[in-house]
Order: sequence, then C-alpha cells, then structure tokens
Amino acid sequence: MISFTLNGKTVTSQGEEDTPLLWVIRDELGLKGTKFGCGIGMCGACTVHVDGAPLRSCSTPLSQVANASITTIEGLHESGQHPLQIAWIEAQVPQCGYCQSGQIMQAASLLHSNPQPSDQQIDEYMSGNLCRCMTYVRIRAAIHAAAGNMQAASKTGGEA
Amino acid sequence: MSAQTESTQTLGAATLRTADEYPDALLLTRRTFMIGSVAGSLVMGFGGLAAVRSARAELAARNFSPAVWFEMDANGRTLINIAKAEMGQHVGTALARILADELGVAWSDVHILYVDSDPRWGYMVTGGSWSVWTSFTLLSQAGAAGRMVLREQGAKLLGVAADDCQVRDSQVVCGGKSIHFADIVQRGDIDRVFTTEELAALPVKAPQDRTLIGKPARAMDIPAKVNGTAQFGIDAAIDGMVYARPLIPPTRYGSVVKSVDDSAAKAVKGYLGFQQIEDPSGTLQGWVMAVASSQWAAIKSANAMRIEWTAGPTARVSDSELLAEGQRLVNQKDSGTLFVNDGNMDLAAQQAARTLEATYITAPVLHFQMEPVNATVEFKGDVWHVHTGNQWQSLIIPVLAKALQVEESKIVLHQYYLGGGFGRRLFGDYILPAALTAKALGKPVKAVFTREDDVRFDCVRSSSVARLTATLDQDKHLTGIDHAAAAGWPTLSMAPGFLGDGVDKKGKFDPFSINGADVWYSLDNHRVRAINNELAQQTFLPGWLRSVGPGWVNFGVESFMDEIAHSVGTDPIAFRLSLLKGDGKNAGSAPNSVGGAKRLANVLQRVQAKSNWGSKLAADEGLGVAVGFGQERNMPTWTACVAKVRVDRNSGRVTVTDLHVELDCGTVVHPDGALAQAQGSVLWGLSMALHEGTSIEQGQVASRNLNAYTPLRISDVPQLHIGFVDSTETPVGLGEPGVTVVAPAIANAIHAAVGVRLRSLPIRPEAVLAALRT
Repeated sequence: MISFTLNGKTVTSQGEEDTPLLWVIRDELGLKGTKFGCGIGMCGACTVHVDGAPLRSCSTPLSQVANASITTIEGLHESGQHPLQIAWIEAQVPQCGYCQSGQIMQAASLLHSNPQPSDQQIDEYMSGNLCRCMTYVRIRAAIHAAAGNMQAASKTGGEA
Repeated sequence: MSAQTESTQTLGAATLRTADEYPDALLLTRRTFMIGSVAGSLVMGFGGLAAVRSARAELAARNFSPAVWFEMDANGRTLINIAKAEMGQHVGTALARILADELGVAWSDVHILYVDSDPRWGYMVTGGSWSVWTSFTLLSQAGAAGRMVLREQGAKLLGVAADDCQVRDSQVVCGGKSIHFADIVQRGDIDRVFTTEELAALPVKAPQDRTLIGKPARAMDIPAKVNGTAQFGIDAAIDGMVYARPLIPPTRYGSVVKSVDDSAAKAVKGYLGFQQIEDPSGTLQGWVMAVASSQWAAIKSANAMRIEWTAGPTARVSDSELLAEGQRLVNQKDSGTLFVNDGNMDLAAQQAARTLEATYITAPVLHFQMEPVNATVEFKGDVWHVHTGNQWQSLIIPVLAKALQVEESKIVLHQYYLGGGFGRRLFGDYILPAALTAKALGKPVKAVFTREDDVRFDCVRSSSVARLTATLDQDKHLTGIDHAAAAGWPTLSMAPGFLGDGVDKKGKFDPFSINGADVWYSLDNHRVRAINNELAQQTFLPGWLRSVGPGWVNFGVESFMDEIAHSVGTDPIAFRLSLLKGDGKNAGSAPNSVGGAKRLANVLQRVQAKSNWGSKLAADEGLGVAVGFGQERNMPTWTACVAKVRVDRNSGRVTVTDLHVELDCGTVVHPDGALAQAQGSVLWGLSMALHEGTSIEQGQVASRNLNAYTPLRISDVPQLHIGFVDSTETPVGLGEPGVTVVAPAIANAIHAAVGVRLRSLPIRPEAVLAALRT
C-alpha cells in the first residue's frame, strides 16, 4: 500500500509498486481527466504535477510517488477557473479535447516557472505534448492570454 | 448497383446498403415531418413513409425514424439530438445552430444530446466532411416547420393574425404583444403533419435574416474539455467488468494460434486467464486476449504470454514489394478501371509533339488518434451494450451482429466523445475484441489497446503509386493528361456497397482512393485509371484517413501541374488559371458546385495576392502553389495554398515558414469552428508532407509509437494565413480539404527554392540532400 496526496487529499493505493501512476489515478481513484496516449511518456496526455513539477504519469511507477503531492486537471483549480482554463475557453482551443488536460497541466508548470514566456519558450516547453487535432496555434495564443491575465491580476492585487 | 464484389478481404459488411441508396440514406429525402404536443412538451421529428394521421399519437409512441429530432419543454428549453460523432469538429454546435436559427429559438435555450445507435436515428455515419452538407437543408426545413407552427399557435393565443407575427428569441411577437415559446408549449394542443412536399415548399430564411448561422459562437463541447469532465470511450466503466488486452497476431489475415503459454503471466497479480477469440464475422483472425482485474495487469500479463502462430501469407511482405507491385500496376496499361475518360487519350498521345511523365509515391500514414481504440461491452437483459466512440455505427452493427450471432436490434452503441477520429473510428473493428471476450466470459469487458497494439491494428492510409503523363503539342499547349494510380482501397474491404462503377465498365473502383483526380481543369483529353494494389489489400487493412483519396492523389496531380508549367515556361499560377475556364463539365451546377472552376480560380487569385506571389525572396527560399477541391467533385470545397519554404542545403532540412490558404466552402455555419478545422487540416497536410510516414516490414507497420513515428509538434508550426470566401452558397465540407493542398504546395516550393523535385512523401531531409547532389 502506498499513500500520497491527490488534489489535496491523502489517498492510499492497493496497486502493485510498478503500476504506472496513470492507471492508479484513473481506474483505482476514479479521476478520468488524465489520459492515456502513448504509454512511453512522449505524448504528454497523462501529464500531472508531482510536488509541483510536470510528470508523465504513464511512465511514473506508483513506488516513486509515495508521500508525494500530486495534482491532476481536476485539482488544478477548485472550480475549474484557473487562468489557463479560462483562456482555453476564450481561445476555443480544444477540438477532440483528449490531449488538453495534459496540455493545460504542462502549460501551468510553464507559467509557474516563466510567467511571460515567448513563442519560442512556449514551443520548447510544450513540444513534448502532442495534439493530433493540431490546435497548436490556439495553445500558444491561450498561454499568452493567460500569462497576460495573470500578470494583470497580480499587478492589481487580485487573485490569479 | 450490386453490393457484391470480388474482394478477397471483405470484412463482414455484406448487409451494407448499396451506394445508390446512400444519398437517400444520408439525406432522408422521403419522410413526413411531425410536430405534436406530448406530455407537456412539444416534440418534432421525422416519421416514416407511411401516411400519418396524428403527429401527437405517433410522437407519443416514439414512432419516428429521424436523423433529426428535437423537443421543447414547458420552459422553452429546446433539446436538439445529435446523431453525429463529436471528434473535435464541434459538429453538435454547427448542426444545432442551423436548426435553432430557422426555428427562432434563443441560443441560450438550446442544449444538445449525442444519441446512441437506436435505428430510429436513421443511417449513422460521421465522415467524408459530409455532416453539415448532408444536414443543412433538412435541418433548415425542420426548423422552418417548427417556426411556422409556433407562429400560428402563438398568433392564435394572442388573438392576432399569424401573418402579422414575427418569431425571434423564443418569442412570437406581434406589434406590442408577444408570447414566449414556453407559454405556447404549455397550452399544448399542437398536432401537425407535413408531407415531404409540404416541408420542401416551406420558405426558409434568406441569408441576411439569419441570426445564428455565420455568427460567432462558442462550441458547446469545449467547457468539459478543459476541466477533465468530458467523457471519452476510454473513460467508460461498468460494475463487475474485467480488463482485456489483445495479443495482436503477426498478420491481419490468416493467422492461426498454434499454442499459448501463459505460465509467466500467472505470476502477474490480477491475471485472470486468457481467451482465444472465435469470430464468426471473420474480422479477428488468430486473436488471443489476456484478461485481468486491472488495466496494468492486463498489459503486463499480455507481455508475459508466449504465443506461437502460424502466420498468414503476407508475413514477409515489405515496402519494397508493395512499391514494386504498385509500379508494375501503373505501368501495365490494362490494369484497373477508368474513373475519367474524356476525349481520346490514346490519340492525343499519338499526336503529341512531346510528352512529360512523372511518378509520385506516398508512404503509409497512421491515424495515431490520441485516444487509443477501445471499447467496453456488457450484455444486459437481452441487449449488447457497447460503450465507445465511433464514426460509423451503421457500418459496424451488422458486423457485430454477425460476430455475436444476434440480431442487429440487440446491439446498442452508446456514443462518447472521440479522442480523435480522423477516419480511424469509421470502422468499429476495435469493438469486437471486447464484445467477443465479454460473450465468452459472460461478464462485462473493457478492452483498451496500448499504443503499439492500436498502431499494429490500425487501418493505415495505404501507400500509393501514381504515374502521370502529359501530352503537349508543338506550341507547348497541354493537350491531355493520362493518370494511373494504384493503392490499397479502404472501401473495398470495409464498405463495398460504396464502390463505384468504372466508366469503361471494366470493374469497380474506390471513389475514396481516386477522388481528386477528376480535376476542374479544362482538358481536351483526360484519362484516369484507378487500380487496386491487391498485395497491399491483403497485407493490411487500408483505411480512410483524413482527406482520404485527395490527401495523396492531389500530391501527384498538383506536383505534376507544376512540372508541366515549368516545362512550358509558364508561371505556375498563370498556367493553372489558364486551365480553370469553367466551361463544359467544369461550369458547375446547383446546388453544390455553382460557379464551378471559376470559384477555384477565385481562391487561387486570392491566395496569389495574399502571399505576395512573385516577390523577391532570399536565397534557398521559395513559394509553391497548389489547388484542390476538397473531397468530391459533387461537394467541392474550393481550396488554394501557397507555401513558403526555406531549404538548408547542408542538412536537407525543409522549414515551412508560411502557409497561405484560401477556402470557399459556401455558407460558413460556425465561423470559429470552420477556422479551427482549417487550421487543423492544413497542419495535418504539413505533418504528412514532412513528418509522418511508416514503412511496412514483415507484413506489419514498422513505426509503432512516438519514438519512431513523428507527427508535427508545436515547434514545427509555421505562420498560418487562412481566409474564407464570404458566400451564401450551399455549405460543403471543411474537415479535410485543407489537407489536400499542402504537400504539393511544399514540394513545389522546394523546387522553386533549390530546383529539385521531390516526388515521394514524406519529404525527408535525406531525400532532399540526395536530390541536391544529383
């Protein structure tokens, strides 16, 4: 049995130690927003935050996250109103939508470490996240928009 | 037309209706339309062919067989049922807005539901960029009928003449008086039936009166896709289900299991055993499923199992043989059947002062939709419930019925969001492993393919070989084009009823593997030969993949037009414009192709202006052009592209810096959705031009995951400049046309930049380097 924190709550998994975190989150703990895409950490659909850092949950064994703090798309913001989620709707980013949880989680990490990324920095940070519908132009635009809104909010003392 | 073919690899689709019926099946041209008050709501739907006396009675009994129906509750909330698959095209939003605009309901009162596969929805398919095109007229008429009845009823309740009333924002308004739809529904004694003729005669709104069509709107499916709540097929779960993972046999056809050794799998915690699949439909040949109590245990136990197969006859087939066979076929004058035969090509060849010839090749391409194929199946009561995302329910239900040996009426597909379709989920063969395992075990089964399993079972876009020959007279005028194209044909294996008859009556052809060759250029002599590559057909299941035939056919056609233009010393755009005369069969016809080739010339001139065609460029930069007309001559989406590239002579690397694309798809229903489809399809075109392609080795796809298969990433995206022609013509398709023009435009731009001609897709740096060195 391995325990960790998932979106602020302590949870315990009965899974084998080598079980990828992805299947524990999805099938055992029932949060389906994190997706299975390639299984080798190269598409980014399974991206979650582990102790604040983006990680590919499909290739992260359960044993590696004992006592860690994990955030999924469901926990990114309590009411789904993270600036990126708002920007994603404003820019009408998703098409099929399957990769977008991973895209948003990866982008949230980007803005955490670099609040005003350039196009090139976005490309570098996001190039591990495949979007088969090719919504890339809108992903870039939404990240810029969210960055702008977060900066404006922090200047006016509002909550981002 | 007969649905019978001589295919050796027809996959249990014998009950598919014939191609002659498909417009009717899709368009529901002969139906009554009923509007009636039922249990506090107002229900509107299409009935059958039989005469209907009371709409209320029929609707109350749910006796309707529509692809369209909707109902308004006592609060005026209108539910519009969507029988199309939502796979990123926001189809529910577009279809609902067509109907809501005509009905006069406020958009905020509308909600939608993606329905299951009940036969009452009629023929269910989502593909071919058909949805808006096939639905527009019917939805408009249904909405107009609803508006008329609501207006009449509202006028009656207001005590005024219906002719003095207007309908807008869910209200019937007459001067200072008005009544809300909700109040009309609550009074509820509506009972109306429209015949097909009456429905067709109803006046629909003039374009300038539209309030929703062509106006900005947010897609209804998007909010659930940013917070993790959108339900995809892979998210389905049933109490008591077990997980199964396939062990894919070495060949698509003819593999037989010799032995199964699961001794190592028994050490996997959660392993429950294996199931050998017996499939009466013949779709799955030589399959074994590893069954376990969790997804991970299913994956691990399958990895641990050792299976010996007797492989089918194509176990050693590789690219070189497929290509050699394709080349043999295009060079053999009597192979295949004629798709186009205008003028006298043989005579033109005899009389030609000069001929020009080129061969174009495309490699197999994977769908690689982000959500690997999967299905969850439960037998409950006496019905098989299938939980999955699927594009063509009406195609797979007969196959499932044969596999499970039950009546079609005992199978229901519950629709989910599709984590990418792109044509992969047109064929629901991926449902069979779960269904047959569930039947064998007597319990619900969820079968999720791993990525490698998904790729090995993919119906890839077939490799292709096309040979084009141009005949020229002494004055360098183009007198004719002879075109032969060989590939595996998806329609032959999966939906033979949709094959076409050759104009020479020599046989059938797959329109989805040759459309695009029937160009809108005025050519005195033009011959197109469609040829099935049987070796490809036997080795893998050729698939319909986004933009299907035109996705690779147009690479040959538009690269070759460029070669001819250069050969006769004419600017490539001027050369094309000189042939887009819009005369004869290229004049176009109502309703779909009004304006004909002149509309293609228009988008070409627009892209010429917007791309600064002819401007001075830096060294090793070039502009290349291509045009296309979408998916079918009968529903042309006029498309033109100019690509700007930079070629690195040292590495052979091609960088696409700009893609200019102009589209005329007639009326644009959902402008932002249209732009999204254009952006996505254009980038698919780029991805398949430079980044995608797999070889076939030992009878199987060689590149099975992202470590070997390399679709376009965000860092590869050029500047996109996309424009739409403002039009009120019939709306046609948008999901695919953008794909078709990009690869030839890039190849032509490379030629403009560095003078080498790349005739094989994908265009890899090694090939560019090799061409530069010769």
